[in-house]
Amino acid sequence: MRYSLLKILAEGLKGNTGWTPVWRNPEPREAYDVVIVGAGGHGLATAYYLAKEFGITNVAVLEKGWLGSGNIGRNTTIIRSNYLLPGNEPFYEFSMKLWEGLEQDFNYNAMVSQRGIINLYHNDGQQAAYLRRANAMRMAGADAVMLSQDEVRRLCPFLDFDNARFPIKGGLMQPRGGTVRHDAVAWGYARGADERGVDIIQNCEVTGFQIEDGVCRGVETSRGKISAKKVAVCVAGSSSRVMSLAGMRLPIESHVLQAFVSEGLKPTIPGVVTFGAGHFYVSQSDKGGLVFGGDLDGYNSYAQRGGLPVVEDVCEGGMAVMPMIGRARLLRGWGGIMDMSMDGSPFIDRTSIDGLYFNGGWCYGGFKATPASGFTYAHLIARDEPHPVAAAYRLDRFQRGAMIDEKGMGAQPNLH
Amino acid sequence: MIINHPLLGPRDSAEFTYLGDASLIERPDWQAEDAADQFHDYLYLRDNPAGEHRELWFHEQGDRSWLVVTRNTLTHEITKVELARDVARSLGRSR
Repeated sequence: MRYSLLKILAEGLKGNTGWTPVWRNPEPREAYDVVIVGAGGHGLATAYYLAKEFGITNVAVLEKGWLGSGNIGRNTTIIRSNYLLPGNEPFYEFSMKLWEGLEQDFNYNAMVSQRGIINLYHNDGQQAAYLRRANAMRMAGADAVMLSQDEVRRLCPFLDFDNARFPIKGGLMQPRGGTVRHDAVAWGYARGADERGVDIIQNCEVTGFQIEDGVCRGVETSRGKISAKKVAVCVAGSSSRVMSLAGMRLPIESHVLQAFVSEGLKPTIPGVVTFGAGHFYVSQSDKGGLVFGGDLDGYNSYAQRGGLPVVEDVCEGGMAVMPMIGRARLLRGWGGIMDMSMDGSPFIDRTSIDGLYFNGGWCYGGFKATPASGFTYAHLIARDEPHPVAAAYRLDRFQRGAMIDEKGMGAQPNLH
Repeated sequence: MIINHPLLGPRDSAEFTYLGDASLIERPDWQAEDAADQFHDYLYLRDNPAGEHRELWFHEQGDRSWLVVTRNTLTHEITKVELARDVARSLGRSR
């Protein structure tokens, strides 16, 4: 069913009796061409692009819980392509271009809102680093604007410009950055994939892989064996757990990242603002709540909840950059589990086992990457060669000394 | 989280910094034939278990000792705290 204004008007006259479920709830079949493990944003996007761009529709997406129950449902919804390194920036810019055409492409309202993202700087060294980043962004075809203090003041008059310790000197802005309604991304991709014949099988946990002579021939699940020519794992947050079933150890640690929402306020923040002197970022949702977050808790965790020291640290960052946030009450907070990789960058690659593919290590940048991750993963699965913009995301890059370390922190996942 | 320091008693985990899996104590032999591969695995690959995890914590805001903490990554419950020095010596390290 195609959604349109005409359809809404017609259904309004008929008392909304003509709407049908957005996706089916099929029983798993015995065999598929491709089985995708994990019906989160990336897994559903992979299925969608496999069907739409690469013509592979005999696909199942297996999900332990309900679709979109992982990090696609618990993030801060920011999209941006303001990376520095050549292994990253073209990929994220490809993602941004897919975001820009996404709603028309999958005929679903994902509320893509390009309100801009501003990274504040507080000293000369940071300004120079941001100028370098802005140039790297422009060279990859993205947009970047260096803002003076006056320009930032016009956009965000509520910031603490004359803070004695971290005065705001200006900012790097990406006007095309913004936010997207995160659940709708999962739902839109699920609907698009389902329409093209992909089976999305919920409440179906993968409990093992059928590996014979170094070739993966399918998966064992809580609902029986399913054979497949290709198995594509896409379970960021639980990657180590799932890949250990295939006997693989990954360059990944799982960490908890918290995020917070305030009570609903009238429109105050024009886009996304990030603090340059501490780790704090904030935007405002369409419901009016301020959505913000900061650092990881910093220790391995699968608990989907963090501790109070980070709540305090994030709120201190908020108070330092925009003191008015102290007048808003914190409504809720949550924790999600991140695949923190050893260099802060993701993996989209084949594995040493034929027919087994891996996508993960998204650290806390997975949401913005959803369309490009799905597209390039589908490309890898369909053609058995990496998409040019994702060619650097290989599992063996540490062996080759080809890390993509945006923050320059080394092999210390909790610092990326 | 409260870490029960073997020398100082219960301390807030915010006084500590976190390094990672305690297997980092077991540094490979740099003279081995396959030292490059061993160091790749040592530096970059992790078991990353969901459940009991032995990990290194540094008491930065305290006595600056390294601890091996056994903690459950699903519940954050801490069941054992040892001095990393004692663990390393029990593995045959001289210092």
